[in-house]
Amino acid sequence: MDNEILLTLLSIPLVTLFDGIPHGVAIIDSELRLVLMNQFLETLVGFSLADVKGVYVDSVLRSSIANRGRAFRDILNTGVPAVLHGDILNRDRRLIPIQFTVTPLRAPDNTPIGLMVALDDLRPTTASVSLIGDDHTIEGLIGQSPKMQEVLDLVPLLARTEASVLITGETGTGKDRIAETIHRQSKRANKPFIKINCGALPESLLESELFGYVKGAFTGAVKDKDGMFAMAQGGTLFLTEIGDMPLSLQVKLLSVLDDREFFPLGGEKKISVDVRIITATHRSLRDRVITGEFREDLYYRLNVLNLHLPPLRERETDTRFLLNYFLRLLAEKTGSSAKTFSDAALNLLLTYPFPGNIRELRNIVEYCVNICPDTLVAVDQLPKYLQQWQATANTEPAVPATAANVDTLAAPLTFLQPLPVRTPVKGWQTMERELIVSTLTQTQGNRVKAAALLGWGRTTLWRKLKLHGLMTISSPKPASGNVS
Amino acid sequence: MKLLLTLQDNNVAPRFDLTTEILIAEHTNGQLDNEPRYIILPRKSAEDLCDLIVKEGVRCLVCGGIEDSLHKFFLWKKIDVIDNIIGAYTQALECALAGKLQPGSILPSARSTN
Repeated sequence: MDNEILLTLLSIPLVTLFDGIPHGVAIIDSELRLVLMNQFLETLVGFSLADVKGVYVDSVLRSSIANRGRAFRDILNTGVPAVLHGDILNRDRRLIPIQFTVTPLRAPDNTPIGLMVALDDLRPTTASVSLIGDDHTIEGLIGQSPKMQEVLDLVPLLARTEASVLITGETGTGKDRIAETIHRQSKRANKPFIKINCGALPESLLESELFGYVKGAFTGAVKDKDGMFAMAQGGTLFLTEIGDMPLSLQVKLLSVLDDREFFPLGGEKKISVDVRIITATHRSLRDRVITGEFREDLYYRLNVLNLHLPPLRERETDTRFLLNYFLRLLAEKTGSSAKTFSDAALNLLLTYPFPGNIRELRNIVEYCVNICPDTLVAVDQLPKYLQQWQATANTEPAVPATAANVDTLAAPLTFLQPLPVRTPVKGWQTMERELIVSTLTQTQGNRVKAAALLGWGRTTLWRKLKLHGLMTISSPKPASGNVS
Repeated sequence: MKLLLTLQDNNVAPRFDLTTEILIAEHTNGQLDNEPRYIILPRKSAEDLCDLIVKEGVRCLVCGGIEDSLHKFFLWKKIDVIDNIIGAYTQALECALAGKLQPGSILPSARSTN
């Protein structure tokens, strides 16, 4: 009943008005069930209103202030508005500090009918506090080395502009963290920051995730769904692993970037968007342009501002700094007594090339913090693969890794063969072409032998030769059963 | 196989770290071996609950919201996590035993209980 009164009071224009507010807003009835939430809150909590309408509010907000609904019930009964501080745990498993402003709603006869809850995301505020007094850190970005200082100096400048940013760097160098920092320092900080991994989803799913769809667009599309572009309205859309985006979607992305509007899947009505694009990749986009796997026009469109994150091995003094930083941080967090590394352990860590960069360094320190019972972390308390790396690093050539010497801690596969300088990873197509050419050279052009060596049928080899442009016009198609 | 659900009143608890009541059910191929055990925890503590789950040899955790670091910890410990569940715990248990409970499920009971 209360629900119905509320819905009557809240006409459609009011709902639209809520969507324009840059804070999360929820309307709940007197039984603490969700009646309405705006688009901002949908993004914040990760649930869409259509899915959770009528659900007990605490199951959706998952706030630390709810106390089994007591906090909201008290405000409903007393009729006194309140401002509370706490956090919410969203669907993406993130804990977000929030200021809740709870206002009671009353019917014309003054009976309590529900509550309006406004949620302010406090992340931009809390993050800026950590900036004060430390020149070497920006919101958790740490670096003393000249190369990293250059990056840290650039971040505020990039945050001030509206241009697209392309962040490059090896895995584990902090591309995601930099993108989030740029967003938080920009004037879009109070609007959503939406991240999507272009390499993690199949093409069709990625398209519907990015652009959304309308009811009936395809089998299973039982209702309209906003895409990431629409959800990031006014904010920033972070496309990570952009190098893995399929060519067909690259065209659509380019068109959105140019026109600032798009059609959702199956839709007939254009949607206009105001979204800043930040992209990241560990691949060389220039190489992918050369091999035809990435559109040149999109490359130039995205690469307006480029930020390259140096790998840890090029950051000289930062390794020691980061080791101490994470040791202090994680020891404090876990209540461990570990305070410092022994000289031998530190020497080993300072010579190790960290192919997994900061992600690997942090994992190693976390392992030590959990293993070390004393204040001093010794060599034998480092992950076993590091000790094995040290043993083999001095004896050339390196022995291949065996299953037995890989520790339970996720050890990088390259741990016995550290790579001082990483060469860019070639695309699969290039590798396959090179493989075919080298096999044909080996078999002196004999395709039957080459196909056997490659483990393919002759027809497969013929098809791939054609695909890679290795066929001469006169090359005949192999007849089935005919051995040539 | 041991299954653990986090509870709050009649529902799956909205947050793992604020849970004060749990249910442990042992089953073989979806059939309960005996009556599920209900345990009231002395305090809200994600760390204590993690310890209990590991010590009890739980193989599958059913919960509402859970922090990413804890989720990763359970994956590392090879414990299945079916998280983001909204609805009555009895229905969640039923679906989990039948092998039909997926992460992010909003059960029909979510709109009828609180």
